[in-house]
Amino acid sequence: MKIKLWGVRGSITTTGPETAYYGGNTSCVDVWEDGCLLVLDGGSGIQKLVVNNELTTKRIDVLLTHLHLDHIQGLGFFKPLFDPSMEVHIWGPASSTRTLHSRLSRYLSPPLFPVLIRDLPCKLTLHEIENSRFNIGPFTIQSNYVIHPGPTVGFRVSGGQSTFTYIPDHEPALGKNGIIKNNRWLSGYDLAAGADLLLHDAQYTEQEYINKKGWGHSSMEDAGLFASMAGVKRVLFAHHDPSRTDIQLDNIFTSFQEKASYPFNFQLAREGMEIILDNL
Amino acid sequence: MPAYEIEIVLNRQLADCLSIPVFITDTKGNLIFYNEPAEEIFGKRFEDTGEMQVEQWSTMFKPVDENGIAIPPEELPLVQTLQHATPHHKTFCIESMQGKNQKISVTSYPIIGRTGTMSGAVAIFWKSNDE
Repeated sequence: MKIKLWGVRGSITTTGPETAYYGGNTSCVDVWEDGCLLVLDGGSGIQKLVVNNELTTKRIDVLLTHLHLDHIQGLGFFKPLFDPSMEVHIWGPASSTRTLHSRLSRYLSPPLFPVLIRDLPCKLTLHEIENSRFNIGPFTIQSNYVIHPGPTVGFRVSGGQSTFTYIPDHEPALGKNGIIKNNRWLSGYDLAAGADLLLHDAQYTEQEYINKKGWGHSSMEDAGLFASMAGVKRVLFAHHDPSRTDIQLDNIFTSFQEKASYPFNFQLAREGMEIILDNL
Repeated sequence: MPAYEIEIVLNRQLADCLSIPVFITDTKGNLIFYNEPAEEIFGKRFEDTGEMQVEQWSTMFKPVDENGIAIPPEELPLVQTLQHATPHHKTFCIESMQGKNQKISVTSYPIIGRTGTMSGAVAIFWKSNDE
C-alpha cells in the first residue's frame, strides 16, 4: 500500500514561505494498491493530486470523512470530475436529515461555486456511508462515526498486508475527564486497533486544548494516548493548526517529544510525504 | 469486544458531568454505566461493580406504587423504553438502601444514533423531596 499526503493543514489553507515545509493545503491523502486509487478527503490538497498512468481503470473513489469546508473545498478543482471518461465515486457520511447530494450541493452550486453537481461531466455516483464495511478494488474499508461536530467518520483501509487508519478530525477526549481508559469506551478504537499506520488529529497542545473542548479536535497528548490504547505501529500527527508556522510546529513537537514515550514511531505529517506500508 | 457506538460514549461523558443520577444500559438492559449521583441511590460504585448483567441489577430496586404494591417490571419506564424504543416517564417509590421508601420519578429515553438503530437506553432518576 502506497500513501501520499497532499494536505495536512487543519481548518483553512495557509500557503506561504513560513508554512512551506509542512504545507498549507487542507486534508487530502491518496492511497494506492494494485493500480487502484482511493482519495481520502477533498481538501485543497486534492487539486495537486495528479492521476498518473498507474491507474489501470478509469475509476476514482473519493472518501470524505465529513463535509466541513476544509475537507471538501478542493472537490470543485479535482480534474477527474470534469472528465467525461472518468467514473468518480464519492463516499460520505450519512446524515439523519439530509442526503449527501443535498449537503454537497450547498458548496457545489452558485453562489459558492459556478458548476452544479448535476452538470459535472464525469460519471458520478454518491454513496452514503455510516458504520459501514465495503470493498473497492483491492481495498476493504471500514467506516465508523467518530466524535466530531456533525456527521463524521474515520476510515480503516486494508489492502495487501497492510492497514492504514485515517481519522484527521477527532475529539475522543470530549468529556469531563478526557479519554476513558477502556477500549470499549474509546471513539474510533475499532478503526485504529493494531493498524500499521494511523493518521490522527493532533491540532493542539495540551494547554491549548483546555480552551478548545468541544471544537472537535485533539491535543498531541490525546492523539498519543489514543494511538497507545489502539496499539498502532506508527502515527502521523495531522490537522496542523492554521496559525502555526513550520518553526512553531517544530518547537511544539520537540517539546512534546521530550516528555512523550510511546512504543511506536510518531512524527508530524507533512505535505508531500510518501509512505509504503509494506516496507515498514 | 467492539467499542460502543459514539452516542453511547457521549451519553456516558454527559452523564459524568451531571448532578442527577443517570443509568445507561445496552439494548438488553445490561447496566453499562452509572454516574456518581446514581451510585448514591444504587449503594454501589461503578468503579467497584463495573458493568452488570440485567439479572444482577434489575432486582436491586424494589419499585412499588404509593400504596406499597409492587410494580411489575413491564410497567417501569426503562423496560418500556427497551421494549418499544420510545421515551417514558413514571413516578413511583423505591426502597432506599436505608430501607426507607423513597419517591422518585424516572425518565428514560432510547439512544438512537444516526444509523437509526437503538444502541442502548438512559434512565434518569429524579429524586423527590416527598417521602
